[in-house]
Amino acid sequence: MLSKPAKLNQKLFDENVLQEPTRDGYGRGVVYAAKRDPNVVVLSADLTESTRVEEFKKRFPERFIEVGVAEQNMATIAAGLGTQGKVPFISSYATFSPGRNWEQIRTTVSYNDSNVKIAGHHAGISVGPDGATHQAIEDIATMRVMANMTVIVPCDSVEAEKATEAAAVVWGPVYLRFAREKSPILTTPETPFAPGAAYVMWEPPLRQGSAGQADALIIGCGPLLYQALLAAKELEEKKINVIVLNCHTVKPLDGKTVVDLVKRAGAVVTVEEHQVSGGLGGAVAELLAREAPAPMEFVGMQNVFGESGTPAELVRKYGMDAKAIIAAVRRVIRRK
Amino acid sequence: MEHLHERRLTFLEEMANTIRQDIVKTLVAAGSGHSAGPLGMADVFTAFYFHILQHRPHEPLWADRDRLVLSNGHICPVLYATLARAGYFPVPELKTLRQIGSRLQGHPHRGSLPGIETTSGPLGSGISQAIGFALAARMDRKKWRTYCLTSDGEHEEGNTWEAIMFAGKERLSNLTVVIDRNNIQIDGFTEDVMPLEPLRRKYESFNWNVLDVNGHDFVDIISAAAEARAVHERPTVIIAHTIPGKGVDFMENDYAWHGKPPSRGEAEKALKELRTLRGKIQSEHQ
Repeated sequence: MLSKPAKLNQKLFDENVLQEPTRDGYGRGVVYAAKRDPNVVVLSADLTESTRVEEFKKRFPERFIEVGVAEQNMATIAAGLGTQGKVPFISSYATFSPGRNWEQIRTTVSYNDSNVKIAGHHAGISVGPDGATHQAIEDIATMRVMANMTVIVPCDSVEAEKATEAAAVVWGPVYLRFAREKSPILTTPETPFAPGAAYVMWEPPLRQGSAGQADALIIGCGPLLYQALLAAKELEEKKINVIVLNCHTVKPLDGKTVVDLVKRAGAVVTVEEHQVSGGLGGAVAELLAREAPAPMEFVGMQNVFGESGTPAELVRKYGMDAKAIIAAVRRVIRRK
Repeated sequence: MEHLHERRLTFLEEMANTIRQDIVKTLVAAGSGHSAGPLGMADVFTAFYFHILQHRPHEPLWADRDRLVLSNGHICPVLYATLARAGYFPVPELKTLRQIGSRLQGHPHRGSLPGIETTSGPLGSGISQAIGFALAARMDRKKWRTYCLTSDGEHEEGNTWEAIMFAGKERLSNLTVVIDRNNIQIDGFTEDVMPLEPLRRKYESFNWNVLDVNGHDFVDIISAAAEARAVHERPTVIIAHTIPGKGVDFMENDYAWHGKPPSRGEAEKALKELRTLRGKIQSEHQ
């Protein structure tokens, strides 16, 4: 059942559930952040409309910086702004930023401790028809390995808005990951959000004497959590009880919550629109190997590149839909 | 041309000589590091920290200070020696360069040492960061200026040209870039490795004001910085023609000295030569 404290969208399983791309939440978030803090600035690398910073540009033209198709320059200009009191958000596609400008981010943002917020758009395979060149499936890994970097992957546009606003307030480098395609709105403005605090979206029905035990724990981030919830619902109908944890902040990982839930479930499936190595699954595996070893399955890109197609086709073909998650849950339970 | 009082000129020349000696001593103690670039830029650094910059060594984060961004971080021995002599930290600390626990990292790290405006080392990202500084000053209507010291070799990096294109478009007149045009890089002479000329015309075509100076002539360097301050609507680049290894005869113009320190014996020879030069400076100005 949907977790009560999470105050989720009660209509999320409806056929006509409201859908919106997470990037839209980013667009609203930077405007709110800018209203609150006159030092918030936005840099765009010729992708103003598609990274949803048009509204910001219209409202705060003096704080909007167009750098052209030059992601290395965008990251390093932001690094300079960020050490001089500004709160720069850099907007581009994740394959280019933080893809092409990784070293600039490492040296001039992260090691330099500059207060830069990196917004990586069109992340994951659900970018769709643009094909594999534009589908960032390594960005969580490449950002997560950097010391001094926070990594947040919002699950819907409402959470994206909150994450963007939070990033503007938190000191230090933050990577925010957004998707192109619209996806169901899972949360509400009342859903609690704080960077670094994972929260349960789905839990086993309360029965006397069950003590909150579950058959497996699904840990996910980003819009694929919708598929995880669909899987959880279907499994519940088949008397398999899972917990679904929204681990929006991949770094720093909410280790305490993860370990506590693993102890209740005894088996884990991670779900992310990303390579299965180095991302959320990798982060969880590192933690569990140290603190609470348990069988794990990884739903994500299995060391391959994507291709053109509709988002739904791609998510199905590359094994990240509800059906694939159910299969992974069954596999992991057998390994308990 | 800027008029510099004779006593001021002597002071600057002697300071640059002291800094060169510091560099040689620092490098020999560290046992690794770059020799030619730091020695070649000693006059430019002295001109900036002892004449051009508005700064307060005892208040390194003074809000209205001019910012100096060192882009080619590998020449940091000259930055460290100059900062120490300017009063940012004690001179004896120079001998800890590159040692474990030292504030003097092999390449500069912001936050480790007072006076370091940015972390650098990987080439080609200094001008962009300086642009970020200059944009912040412009947005906040602050009068402080940003200077970025770069190497000629790092003009082979794409990031450098992205920055040059942007600063020209934005007419960032509060930004001044200095190029250490010493013609050498690790693999040889720049014009053999990857030709950069015509550098002046390239910058001009990107809407920059371009000044050529003798990087060992204080009047020349200081006059160019003053001229840059007077230019509106365009950023300025000062192409400082320098002699790599300047002041140490056996290092001058030899690219083999780009990336290595002197041995103990070589350092003795270099210091002797620099002390002789110092004597000459004093007698010339008496």
